[in-house]
Amino acid sequence: MNRRKIIEENIFKFLSGFATYSLIAILAFIIIIIFVKGFNSLSLDMVIKTPKGGYYYGGEGGVLNAIIGSLDIAFGATFIAILIGMPAALYINVHLIRYKRIQNTIRYLLDALWGIPSIVYGAFGFTLMLFFGMNASLIAGIITIALLITPIVVRTFDEVLSTIPIGLYEATLALGSTKTETAFKIMFKQGFSGFITAVLLAFGRGIGDAASVLFTAGYTDLIPLYLNEPAATLPLAIFFQLGSPIPEVRERAFAAAAILTIIILIISLTARYLSKRYSKSNLK
Amino acid sequence: MYLQNSETMTKQAPDITLKPKVTSIVKINNLNVHVGQHHILKNINLEITKNKITVLLGPSGCGKTTLLKCLNKLTDLYTELRVSGKIFIEEDDILNTQKNVPVIRQKMGLLSQLPYPLPISIYKNVAYGIKLKGVRDKKLIEYNVEKYLREVGLWNEVKDRLHNSPTSLSIGQQQRLCLARGLAVKPRIILADEPTSSLDPISSKIIENLFRKLKKNYTIILVTHVLRQAVRLADNVVFMYYGEIIEQGHSKDLFKNPKTEKLREYMLEGN
Repeated sequence: MNRRKIIEENIFKFLSGFATYSLIAILAFIIIIIFVKGFNSLSLDMVIKTPKGGYYYGGEGGVLNAIIGSLDIAFGATFIAILIGMPAALYINVHLIRYKRIQNTIRYLLDALWGIPSIVYGAFGFTLMLFFGMNASLIAGIITIALLITPIVVRTFDEVLSTIPIGLYEATLALGSTKTETAFKIMFKQGFSGFITAVLLAFGRGIGDAASVLFTAGYTDLIPLYLNEPAATLPLAIFFQLGSPIPEVRERAFAAAAILTIIILIISLTARYLSKRYSKSNLK
Repeated sequence: MYLQNSETMTKQAPDITLKPKVTSIVKINNLNVHVGQHHILKNINLEITKNKITVLLGPSGCGKTTLLKCLNKLTDLYTELRVSGKIFIEEDDILNTQKNVPVIRQKMGLLSQLPYPLPISIYKNVAYGIKLKGVRDKKLIEYNVEKYLREVGLWNEVKDRLHNSPTSLSIGQQQRLCLARGLAVKPRIILADEPTSSLDPISSKIIENLFRKLKKNYTIILVTHVLRQAVRLADNVVFMYYGEIIEQGHSKDLFKNPKTEKLREYMLEGN
């Protein structure tokens, strides 16, 4: 019996460990492929120049237009998603705490929204654009991506908020705080790490999505200066270049993917660092 | 609000005894609480005397905590609870008033089984309560933070780490911090729901001593199932069993001559 337990323990330990490390191995594999394949094209020009004439046939230039476009769209959309998602998650967990059925229905609907493929959001955004008589533009891309990522912000933040013990909520209300004070002064701070995770997840999804910006933000070789101008994005830059028959251009697609990965890493690390500093400054 | 209610009150029965006496700070009339088909508090009639420690004693699940939560309307958080009856706190019928709920709650400080410090610094935990009362002057807040931390005997232990997270404190210290935070909103009553159940004997003793000291200025309602604690602390005892008040009275009389079999049994088991 004892020996059986030991064997059982070892088998499950191995399987669980294998599952965990194979995930990390896949991540490492993807990063290595991107960097190895894109290494030759990864130059300063890639990040400081826009595509010049003949760029997509191996000519000179870079993907600065797509970097700027992607950052504009991702930051804009994340900003809107926070504005809507943060109060929504707090509302579900503070004001609706008595109404479990409503809470669960809202959660179910948000999960459904989360599950909708991004091309559907793209099509929806496109329909909206036509309705308002707009062209493919930065603002249309921002709104479409915001729609795509708001459910992610709400549900991820909500998951963390829902684990806060009701005792803390009761203690805060017992002091005579209003529900709004409880939500924004206490619950937000208690669930802050979850909020940062929610924002980063949403940002990552927003900056990496190609399908929803395909029709809404459009594509251009220029850097967008105004909200009503079309904007290029890195995922589409990768998509267009990867489909090229010219090996050099395909290599640039990998370089663009490497740039996208680096951007996400930098933003993720900066956000984590800032959130730690914020948590510390909260104590002062 | 009292006036608005007077019409409905007279329709039922003109009851002059509803007006609380001077010495009692809380008066409960015919309080009933239902959850679905379950009747979890049955016809509770109770008066809580000012500046005394009233202990709600009874086995787990007898409705002590629900009764406590009725007092500061935390029962509002649970839709499944149906509360009826009257609870007068300083002449305000809090169950039938249109008064702001936070204002009613500020008349009472709550100490729960586990300490729940707010996710801000030790200093800010106490300052939070003071600010809720509308105080904005920084010096006044500083003065009061020290005053309340001294009142619960925590000042010397935390004065050098006021800006640390309260999670760095021991659980007993956290409980005293929660008490200081509760006192900062200047309550009249302290509601304590088995506040020492998660504490070690030394921390429990500190809390008990604090209660003895604090009753000069506050009315304390303490929920416990520990008989010895009730004997040590109570001025008045309310013994509850399955949602009913079985016996109530002065601690010394009650424990000396229990009138009901149930209390006698409970005392026997408790000893």
